[in-house]
Amino acid sequence: MPTTFTLNGKPVTSDAPGNAMVLWVLRERLGLTGTRFGCGVGECGACTIHLDGEPVQSCRLRLSRVEGRAITTIEGLSEDRSHALQQAWIEEEVPQCGYCQSGQLMQAASLLAANPSPTREEIVDHMDGILCRCGTYGRIIRAIERASAVNAAPAGRTR
Amino acid sequence: MKTRAQSRRTFLRQAGGGLSFALVFGPAGLAARRAGSPDTLDALMGADGPDGAAEHPFGAWVRIATDGRVLIYNPASEMGQGSMTALPVILAEEMDADWDKVRIEHSPVEPGVYGRSWGGGRGRGGSMMTAGSMAVRGYYLSLRLAGAQIRRVLLDNVAREWGVAAGELTTEPGVVVHAASGRRITYGEVAAFAEVPDELPEVSEAELKSPADFRLIGHSVPRHDVPAKTDGSAVYALDVQVPGMLYGVITRAPVHEASPASFNEAEVRGRPGVVGTVRLDYGVGVVAETVEEAFAARDALEIEWAGGARAEGFDSVAALEAYTGIADGESRGRPLSERGDVAAAMGAAANRYRADYFNDYVYHAQMEPLGAVASVNPTGDGAEVWAGTQAPDMARAAVARELGVAVEKVTFHPCYLGGGLGRRTMADYIVEAVKLSRSVRRPVKLIWTREDDLQYGAFRPMSLQRLTGGVDAGGTLTAWTHTVVGDGRGLLASGISIRYYDIPNQRIEMRGASHGVRTKHWRAVGHGPNKFAIEAFIDDIARGEGTDPVALRRKLLKGSPRAIAVLDEVAEMARWGEEPPGGRARGVAFVERSGTLAAGVAEISLDEATGKIRVHRFWCAADGGMVVQPRNARAQIEGGIVNGLSTALVERLTVRDGRVEQSNFHDYPILRMSDMPDIEVRFMPSTEPPMGLGEPGVPVAAGAVANAFAALTGRPLRHMPFTPNRVLEVLTG
Ligand code: FES
Ligand code: FES
Repeated sequence: MPTTFTLNGKPVTSDAPGNAMVLWVLRERLGLTGTRFGCGVGECGACTIHLDGEPVQSCRLRLSRVEGRAITTIEGLSEDRSHALQQAWIEEEVPQCGYCQSGQLMQAASLLAANPSPTREEIVDHMDGILCRCGTYGRIIRAIERASAVNAAPAGRTR
Repeated sequence: MKTRAQSRRTFLRQAGGGLSFALVFGPAGLAARRAGSPDTLDALMGADGPDGAAEHPFGAWVRIATDGRVLIYNPASEMGQGSMTALPVILAEEMDADWDKVRIEHSPVEPGVYGRSWGGGRGRGGSMMTAGSMAVRGYYLSLRLAGAQIRRVLLDNVAREWGVAAGELTTEPGVVVHAASGRRITYGEVAAFAEVPDELPEVSEAELKSPADFRLIGHSVPRHDVPAKTDGSAVYALDVQVPGMLYGVITRAPVHEASPASFNEAEVRGRPGVVGTVRLDYGVGVVAETVEEAFAARDALEIEWAGGARAEGFDSVAALEAYTGIADGESRGRPLSERGDVAAAMGAAANRYRADYFNDYVYHAQMEPLGAVASVNPTGDGAEVWAGTQAPDMARAAVARELGVAVEKVTFHPCYLGGGLGRRTMADYIVEAVKLSRSVRRPVKLIWTREDDLQYGAFRPMSLQRLTGGVDAGGTLTAWTHTVVGDGRGLLASGISIRYYDIPNQRIEMRGASHGVRTKHWRAVGHGPNKFAIEAFIDDIARGEGTDPVALRRKLLKGSPRAIAVLDEVAEMARWGEEPPGGRARGVAFVERSGTLAAGVAEISLDEATGKIRVHRFWCAADGGMVVQPRNARAQIEGGIVNGLSTALVERLTVRDGRVEQSNFHDYPILRMSDMPDIEVRFMPSTEPPMGLGEPGVPVAAGAVANAFAALTGRPLRHMPFTPNRVLEVLTG
């Protein structure tokens, strides 16, 4: 039975088996390869997407579970890298190999959506467990702080 | 998918006519050739031809389009270290290109053109391997000379056109200027009429820019690859899609190198979506229409493994313990270096020291599991391959060998690497993809799962390091022996030399073992374990002698002012002389790696109930010569320190009954954000040629942490990783 859901704001239907993992459906059938495969067992966070606004690990999410729901992937975070986090990521030059960064950004976006000005502890708490082998953690923290400062700036003013 | 070839052609189509330079690094240094006869980029590249060597037989480093855009080819693999930006920066600097107009593409995989000598500098060319922190170091001079030659050609052309002496012309980024007449002309305008001579003009090192005039080198040009790594668009091998592509997975031998004796071939072939099965020397591959079908079919595999693999029955914990016996044994190993008369100095010593240090196997854990896409021709006499590799030239050659065809028959598309750490200099995963594709005569994406990647990894070898030292009555360290025991040959030897420490009598040797477990270079190679042992032992001696660890190292480094400066710098950064905050202690370490000198200080605390070490701060000072991309260089040192701390604190791979015991990140943890210290990095100002910065952060970490622990508790940590259990044992032992 086909599964219908909203993907980055647009309705899509997939006829992949219901027990297929959303990670592979996104990557191999829908061509959205920005969501990465890192461990396949929910231990690294490289595959993090938003399901109805909440961060979830798509490597453990079965397709049948997303019927009628809304998924956002890194490709849908913004049209043009204009999300405050993407800008901050570029300004802090966060990525090294880059492989973990889609998951890092999606996890961070869910933090700022709920808490626009997190403390450092809140950042580490929320981000912990999204693994980065290149050791970009320090820059990730700084970039989130920078983006939250952008969010916190009074309306009509850019930094 | 948009391939690189397509995007390059798009660029060239838009570019119209222009100039193209081919510069060949040959045995006689830098030779130059005109890249074929056509004068326009379109003609040169061929409007629709495939990517690869055939279109431009001599290759080319730079193309200048008439609208001023400059295309620079990057020969290095991009695995996060940033050399795909740093190398073009070096060339663009001497060429005086306008960086805003520069585009970067992967060079074709032609080591004869784009390779470098292994030792760095000029001379023997031919390797495109990105490893050992060698990219910037190895290409620096060659690319500067190449850039200067290109600039000279532009100047000569303008001089001819305007009827002025070339010596009266200067450049600003992207523009040739004749100050006397006030005339200016852009590189793009020059490209419209310029001719490239068959032999490019010779430029000597003396004619290169003075570092004081650098506009790009040392100024942190934004990394080319970063934007695409913030929106998911960067293409790694696992992202590649080609029409008609199938999916392949492989079950590899649970005991390294064991062969499949038999498997339920007919049953698996009959499963839904399965297109074929492939028997390999050390595994069985399955190819299916979808990922899900491939995984499911693999789960259904029942394989009987033939006995006799070397690693059969191997127990790494017992083997590591047995290394002590090898170190105790009479039979001497392979001498690595010998100086003075150790026996005499040891005999005359007032105080003698001895300690054994251990480290377990470590796995690369690059974030992107291995994988590749291969499309072998229906006739089997050629292939197209997409892969992220540290050695595209070797991988291309390995594919050609596998197919029994000439290298030119293999079109290789380098992809971004989701990390390398040394694992991706091997071509095993690429050749596997080719085997699967050949067997089904369709394109195949081979996916290694994390479990595959870990279990059939190739690890940093475990080892024992036995150190002894003798201090004379005057308090001088006069005798030193270091014996490393393990299975890994050269992998064990790197970093064991202490050439910066002035100890007159030394004997360093290696004693082998053989286990049949695959081993491999791992970021900084043997420097990780060896520098841990050496630096921890130096602190052992300092404690025994009642000397300050920094003061003892200063004394030992007396022959090297640069090393002392690095040590002093980090001591100042960490306020070494001052008391750390309550409950914390600091430890120092000094290393050299890839020509760079580095010193680090760790500040730690300890949860005595759980045995968990927390690293709060880490300071690192490094002298790596000129730093081409300071902001990125700091990131490399930071990342190295994180890897070093990760291996010092949590990473541990064990083998039992011949099988790797860990399977994924739940039982093979790597450092997490909550474990991160604040890291501060400083580079010593320098105008010396650049050295490698990708690795020195790794070896500086473990020694500094162990020394901080000893400062805090009075007890030494001698077995990496310093897991909570081991820490508790040391505390109660
Ligand atoms: S791939 Fe999903 S958590 Fe690692
Ligand atoms: S940037 Fe390489 S794993 Fe995070």
